[in-house]
Amino acid sequence: MTLVIGSFTIGLILSLLSIGVFISFRILRFCDITVDGTITLGASVAAVLLVQGHAPWVATLAATAAGALAGFVTGILHTRFRIQEILSGILVMTALYSVNLRVMGRSNVPLLDTRDIAAPLAGVLATLVEDGEALHLAGWRVPVQDMAMLLTAFLVTAAVAWLLHRFLLTQFGTAMRATGENPQMVRAQGINNQNMLVFGLACSNGLVGMAGALLAQYQGFADVQMGIGMIVWGLASIIIGEALVGKTGVGLAIVGAMMGTVLFRLLVAIALRWGLDPNDLKLVTAAFVFAALVLPRYGKQLVRKMLGGRHYA
Amino acid sequence: MLKIRNLAKTFFPGTANEVTALRDIDLDIEDGCFAAIIGTNGSGKSTLLNAVAGAFQADAGSIELAGVDITGQPEYRRAGQIGRVFQNPFAGTAAGMSIAENIVLAMRRGQRQGLRRAVSRKAREEIRARVRTLNMGLEDRLDNPIGTLSGGQRQALTLLMATWQRPKLLLLDEHTAALDPKSAAQVAALTKEIIERENLTALMVTHSMQQAVQLPDHIVMMHQGRIIEQYGAQRKASVRVADLLNAFDRVRRRDLLDPDVAALLARQYA
Ligand SMILES: Nc1ncnc2c1ncn2[C@@H]1O[C@H](COP(=O)(O)OP(=O)(O)OP(=O)(O)O)[C@@H](O)[C@H]1O
Ligand SMILES: [Mg+2]
Repeated sequence: MTLVIGSFTIGLILSLLSIGVFISFRILRFCDITVDGTITLGASVAAVLLVQGHAPWVATLAATAAGALAGFVTGILHTRFRIQEILSGILVMTALYSVNLRVMGRSNVPLLDTRDIAAPLAGVLATLVEDGEALHLAGWRVPVQDMAMLLTAFLVTAAVAWLLHRFLLTQFGTAMRATGENPQMVRAQGINNQNMLVFGLACSNGLVGMAGALLAQYQGFADVQMGIGMIVWGLASIIIGEALVGKTGVGLAIVGAMMGTVLFRLLVAIALRWGLDPNDLKLVTAAFVFAALVLPRYGKQLVRKMLGGRHYA
Repeated sequence: MLKIRNLAKTFFPGTANEVTALRDIDLDIEDGCFAAIIGTNGSGKSTLLNAVAGAFQADAGSIELAGVDITGQPEYRRAGQIGRVFQNPFAGTAAGMSIAENIVLAMRRGQRQGLRRAVSRKAREEIRARVRTLNMGLEDRLDNPIGTLSGGQRQALTLLMATWQRPKLLLLDEHTAALDPKSAAQVAALTKEIIERENLTALMVTHSMQQAVQLPDHIVMMHQGRIIEQYGAQRKASVRVADLLNAFDRVRRRDLLDPDVAALLARQYA
């Protein structure tokens, strides 16, 4: 049960990352790998502010803003200085490694006695249960802190997803979606596609920064290494989401990204429980994304070959 | 009125691939005039349209539209006043988005895109009414991805989008060339109808001499980056396809001759 609740909580938190990656990769069609640095940036900023005694929501919003700034810089590098998109992301991601160390002052900031964003909800839940410490769900004992974190993660993610969906259906959001599909057409409609891209990358990385802040509060620490491979996580989640709900409609796609993230997290937890070496996790994830990208193509060819073979036989 | 002075453009200057696509272009298109540009392949027709639309900055010269110098304006800013239809039927629309969403962007061309719902009920009614005038049955498919339509249908919609807000100038770059004959005729007829109804100022590149003689008020002939001949309102009335072909034949024959040899011959036969 702890495993399920833990997976759901992390999955929901990382949904914010997946939604961010969805904005850059799917909507803007921009291979933005700033993400690996941004999630750590969000975690660092939030952790440092929490240690300094700021309110959790202040720390989380500050982390979001910091993430948005990172995305903004990547966008500016690409549009104003004409640096290739991958390279723009690499530059910012690399720079962020040092920035993160500067922000934290060392490579790891533990959050021991700080309040987290779920604390208010935990307080409410504690007054509702008999012993003031844990709920009993179908015979399982779940500490109120864990339950509160799960609910908070759900509320935040659901709110973000709803807002994003609303936004994408506005005039501005429609222009942003068109920018990814056909920048030439967008320019012909009098829209500055470059500014659109910069804005979209800021949104995307803002969400990733927020995911970092929540992750730090859930795990109880921020670490300079925690972002490595996160972009692949996000992609894997989106691919699973698309397999679950298909590719039609932005609303479905956002829900799909969330479901994909949670499911992927569950799969990982199960794999680890079954004895997968945690050191191999990133290799397995990368292999999974590779397979998901390549199999549909070769799968079709294979089927065609087999059908063709039978045809001529 | 469109006023072009001394416009020049060289691609890849100073390299082996150097191409002078436009040289010393002077062109005046009066308000309400429908002009066709004809010319050989690579003569700079598309480059001229792209320069006017602002796809790149010209090396020299100036472009003035409705009394405003737009030479330095970026493409997206000019687009507020210039409607465009491209040769490629897929270039003017976003394939994955619905017909209504594509049109909504054009409805606000040149205005700020706000945080209101894009496809509002009011917008949808307006879109339905105008799409119905195309007579293609598309008004019942407003929520379908525009990528599911045929090239002709997409081109007709692109034309509708380009003229939704009355543009001060409409640029058409062989917009019927990639279509099958039937769709091409349909889109050409639609073009004529819209331009006449709205009394638009338009610049259309075409390879069809027939079209050039029939549709527009004004013909511009280009060759090797230059305007070699223009048929304005008076001369245009009497021009025939054969005249255009002859004009091209003359330059083609002239180009085959070395200028010195030509001068020598001219003196001999004079
Ligand atoms: N973006 C570009 N970069 C480099 N060269 C270009 C570019 N656009 C056009 N050219 C060159 O400029 C010349 C004129 O091209 P342009 O496309 O204007 O001709 P065109 O008259 O439209 O021909 P067509 O009838 O084949 O469409 C050609 O030699 C072309 O190769
Ligand atoms: Mg051309």
